Amino acid sequence: MTMGSASTWALRFYAALVFAFVFAPIVTAVIFSFDTNRFPSLPMGGLTTHWYELIGGDANVWEAARISLVVSVTSAVLATIIGFGGAYTDFRYNFVGKSLFLGLALLPPTIPLIIMAVAMLGWFANFNLSGQVISIVIAHTVLTAPFAMAVIRLRLNQMDPSLEAAAWNMGASEWRAMREVIIPFTLPAIISALCLTAAVSFDEFAIAWFVSGLNKTIPVFILEIFTGNVDPRVNAIGSFVFLTSVTLIVVSQLLLMQRSKPAGAA
Amino acid sequence: MTEPLVEIDNVTKRFGTFVAVANIQLTIQRGEFLAIMGPSGCGKTTTLRMLAGLEAPSEGDIRLAGTSLLNVPAHLRDTPMVWQSLALFPFLNARENVEFGLKMRGVDKAERRRRALDWLGRLDLADFAERDVGTLSGGQRQRVALARALVTEPRLLLLDEPLSALDASLKVRMQSLMVKLQRDLGITFVYVTHSHAEAFSMADRVVIMSKGQIEQIGTPVEVYRKPASRFVAEFVGASNIFQGIVTGSDGAIATVNTAHGGVRLASTGAIGETITFVVPEDQISIANQAHTDNRMSGTVIGEEFLGAAVRLYVELGGGQEVRLLLGKDAATGQLRPGSPVDLAWKPQAAFVLPR
Repeated sequence: MTMGSASTWALRFYAALVFAFVFAPIVTAVIFSFDTNRFPSLPMGGLTTHWYELIGGDANVWEAARISLVVSVTSAVLATIIGFGGAYTDFRYNFVGKSLFLGLALLPPTIPLIIMAVAMLGWFANFNLSGQVISIVIAHTVLTAPFAMAVIRLRLNQMDPSLEAAAWNMGASEWRAMREVIIPFTLPAIISALCLTAAVSFDEFAIAWFVSGLNKTIPVFILEIFTGNVDPRVNAIGSFVFLTSVTLIVVSQLLLMQRSKPAGAA
Repeated sequence: MTEPLVEIDNVTKRFGTFVAVANIQLTIQRGEFLAIMGPSGCGKTTTLRMLAGLEAPSEGDIRLAGTSLLNVPAHLRDTPMVWQSLALFPFLNARENVEFGLKMRGVDKAERRRRALDWLGRLDLADFAERDVGTLSGGQRQRVALARALVTEPRLLLLDEPLSALDASLKVRMQSLMVKLQRDLGITFVYVTHSHAEAFSMADRVVIMSKGQIEQIGTPVEVYRKPASRFVAEFVGASNIFQGIVTGSDGAIATVNTAHGGVRLASTGAIGETITFVVPEDQISIANQAHTDNRMSGTVIGEEFLGAAVRLYVELGGGQEVRLLLGKDAATGQLRPGSPVDLAWKPQAAFVLPR
């Protein structure tokens, strides 16, 4: 009993340490984003929203945010559509070379980002696509589609395979069954995939830095500030980016957890 | 003579090199309750799925009311099915599940709702119409699945082992509900099951399949009393299956030499022929001095108390086990496991299985 509770406490303490280690830099950045000091140091000079006002008034920040938003939303939608197609193909069909298909479909995240970025840059140059927003969108779609596919596949694997046949059996054509059964069933995973891919795209720096040209996304913009000097604006933008990503990931996880609830037919 | 509703005409279904259904011929009458049974892998579910259009026959034709279904896709067939897993849509409530087939047929919203609620009411589910199907009990979900399949009032309803997930008492109640529905609606039911008890208690006719082929078609009584093969006899739970060689015959009664002694039974088998015969468990009694019929000796293994009757298990030697059904008044008092016992049965009681 005492042993049990002692080891429980040890485990909790250990978990707390891990979380502290992971989140300390982020918490620090968020805290110092409200500091009046030019150079982050203790003790803090005082509370201010000055840095937020500064970035709020900066047209470049707004432009980067706009591009980031356009890129992440567009690539999330495209990646989720492609991921859904891949996951459904896996669920529904058996064919020669299916494991090869799955391997290729899930490959992109295993490629080092920098290699993918250079490859994308070279490839886009062939089509006069380098340095455009659409090139970031394409690159991020390629990068994130496997995540969408993995999330949607998990959900489809939980579906009673008779559900789709039952829909056909009751008069639904294949497209109708897709609309009335497959999509409603996978909807939590689809939304989860949208959030997840948007978050990945929103945070992604390496590829965006290579292919973005003058159309900077937020992470690229942050780096550009940093290369100049130490600037508390970074903390302010960082807090904003962190909040956005965390919101997307949390929504995504909540939707994923819904699956563990009973899904009806036993 | 009315035209049959369904004709399965020389249908074969192959999956790669595996023959799931081998050249079967079957007609199903209008308003009939037909059970297709057999062990798993016998082709019964494949047959049902071909009727629904979920599998296409490799050879042969399937006709519904005289019209070939081969080129009719599943969604245009109007052959709803009740699934083993029930396959209720978990994201829809009970009423929306029942409405599904009507919605696909373009029935307008108000009419759909009216008909779905009507069916839910008929199956005692009126209070559960707006409930998530995940919150319903097994029996309630079962009835939602039935209502969903019946709401379009089809000519033919397909049922694929729908009761396998239910406990015994619920199963019996669902069986009588289905028989009643089938009689009231006059819809043709094709019911696939591996349980002969389920099939016998509901069906007008049963089809017994094995390895893709039909072993026997007949009423439950015919199949039970006159199994067409050893497979059928064993499948419907017959015990007391013997084999012997005919050693003498007067044309009607043959003398047969078995591993358990010579017996006389009604058979037209020729001398030297090996025959297989069944002696029903209610036709065997414990021998007393008065009996002059066939006798076999063995050792009591045990008894099973069935309330109104006692089933006695006797071992004859050579691994041959015999079961006999005795009235509860039968004096089995001194028959303990291990006791020797003499059994007797009349020549007319035995039934010779066709080859």
